[in-house]
Amino acid sequence: MGPTTGKNLQPDMIQAKGLTHYYGPYPAIQDVSFGVRKGEILGFLGPNGAGKTTTMRIITGFVPPTHGSVTLDGYDVVEQSLEARRRVGYLPETVPLYTDMSVTNYLKYMGTLRGMSPKAIKTRIGDVVDVCRLGDYSKTQIGKLSKGFRQRVGIAQAIIHEPQVLVLDEPTIGIDPIQVVETRRLIQELGRDQTVVLSSHILPEVSMICDRVLIINEGRIVAEDTPKNLAEGLQGVDRLEVEVGGPVAQVLPILKGIAGVNDVAHVNNNGRHTYTIQAEAGKDLRNEISRAVISNGWSLQGLQLVGMSLEEIFLRLTTHEEL
Amino acid sequence: MRTAQAVAWKEIQIYFSSPTAYIVGLIFLALTGFFFTQDLGDPFPEATLAPFFYGATIVFILLAPALTMRLLAEESKLGTIELLLTSPVRDWEVIVGKYVASLVFFLVLVALSFFYAILLFVYASPDPGPIFAGYLGLVLYGSAALAVGLLTSTMTNNQIVSAVVAMGILLALFFADRAFGSIGGLAGEIIGEMGLRGHFDDFERGVIDTKNIVYFVSVVAFFLFLSIRTLESRRWR
Repeated sequence: MGPTTGKNLQPDMIQAKGLTHYYGPYPAIQDVSFGVRKGEILGFLGPNGAGKTTTMRIITGFVPPTHGSVTLDGYDVVEQSLEARRRVGYLPETVPLYTDMSVTNYLKYMGTLRGMSPKAIKTRIGDVVDVCRLGDYSKTQIGKLSKGFRQRVGIAQAIIHEPQVLVLDEPTIGIDPIQVVETRRLIQELGRDQTVVLSSHILPEVSMICDRVLIINEGRIVAEDTPKNLAEGLQGVDRLEVEVGGPVAQVLPILKGIAGVNDVAHVNNNGRHTYTIQAEAGKDLRNEISRAVISNGWSLQGLQLVGMSLEEIFLRLTTHEEL
Repeated sequence: MRTAQAVAWKEIQIYFSSPTAYIVGLIFLALTGFFFTQDLGDPFPEATLAPFFYGATIVFILLAPALTMRLLAEESKLGTIELLLTSPVRDWEVIVGKYVASLVFFLVLVALSFFYAILLFVYASPDPGPIFAGYLGLVLYGSAALAVGLLTSTMTNNQIVSAVVAMGILLALFFADRAFGSIGGLAGEIIGEMGLRGHFDDFERGVIDTKNIVYFVSVVAFFLFLSIRTLESRRWR
């Protein structure tokens, strides 16, 4: 199958099928399949050691998958490695840089390796330095830069050749909060024209930047959707927070006794008693609960539905086998 | 090809801006200078570079690995190899680029030693034949030693390991021509023919034999080929 026919069959910029990779006898990832459309920002979310880095290394052609295949723009990363690699910009997690080179020289070098002409590099370096806000440091030796600035150099080298696919492994790890905000904005800007795949173990980050999230745990994809749908899709498990004025020992069994209540947790906040109720999927128990509280002569001080945060979904997805 | 050039140019810049290379250069000149002057104290000294060539071949067993150990081992250690190998660069371009850089630095060292030859021509009238042939042999010998060092640097992320293994291989090759004496027979002859030093002797005497040129070029080609294969194999581990 030639690259042109491949293109027609696969509208996705990245197409991964059944990726499995073994380190010795241990599988790092198993049967990972996904597609990324052009101009989409896909986030890999998962705890450390889940297989995010392995997946990214396979996409970029650094390690071949034991089984399965990946195509970038229709080019197989193993069979048509050079063509695939031409289309990728990559920022590894450790941000490996040549510390004894200046920022400009380093970017020139990386540009040349990516097949850019000296003229193209010359015009492009200015843009990249601006975009990554490296202006004042372009002549500085990389070894003398702080972690945050090194991260920017890492992003600069990944985008210098205007790759169609940008792969960023934990792009905001280990840099200060202000730089994190800047980096996220930068990634979102880049994501307008380029296909971006990034990994993170920080939920708010992924839900903020990404169009689609792929949750990966112990080498397998456990969920895949937009951040919004992931949150909605799990609202079958409803949660309510009730604040009741009344003796805890009596309130608790009554609440637990209401039909449809799975679990009740009690928190004492300086004499204000809050009960978190886990209701059965899809049931709105507000009427039953308020009736039960009032008919017992206690005061109902608060009652609200609490949706699940992505953080909880993530914990649920990665700590439970079901779902 | 442009990428191979870029790799070579970057490494050359690092050579000339790093202390390691200057220390290697200093030791090379100091030791070969010692060998050069050794016989000059004789009552009737011979205007020859033979002692210098002899010394250089020994010194370079230690110095070639020191020059090449960084080339790929450091990239593996720092992780920069991840960006190198995910760039659209062919494996042979990486290896050839790195090799050419080490060769350029080596040639500069050799050029500095022309000083000894100039001294001879100024103060005596040496036979230019063995000096020309000797230099040709030294360049071939050094090229082979650097190729060995490059291979060991490709195999590990530890520069010390790379250097020590390369020294071991070079020492074994250096003394291989003595194997005939102890092993004998066809095996001894084959091992003896693999010897670095044995193929250098002719050059030192002023004889340029195609056989010896082919030998050194083969050694370079063989070790560069293995280096490229080793780098390729990283993609399969």
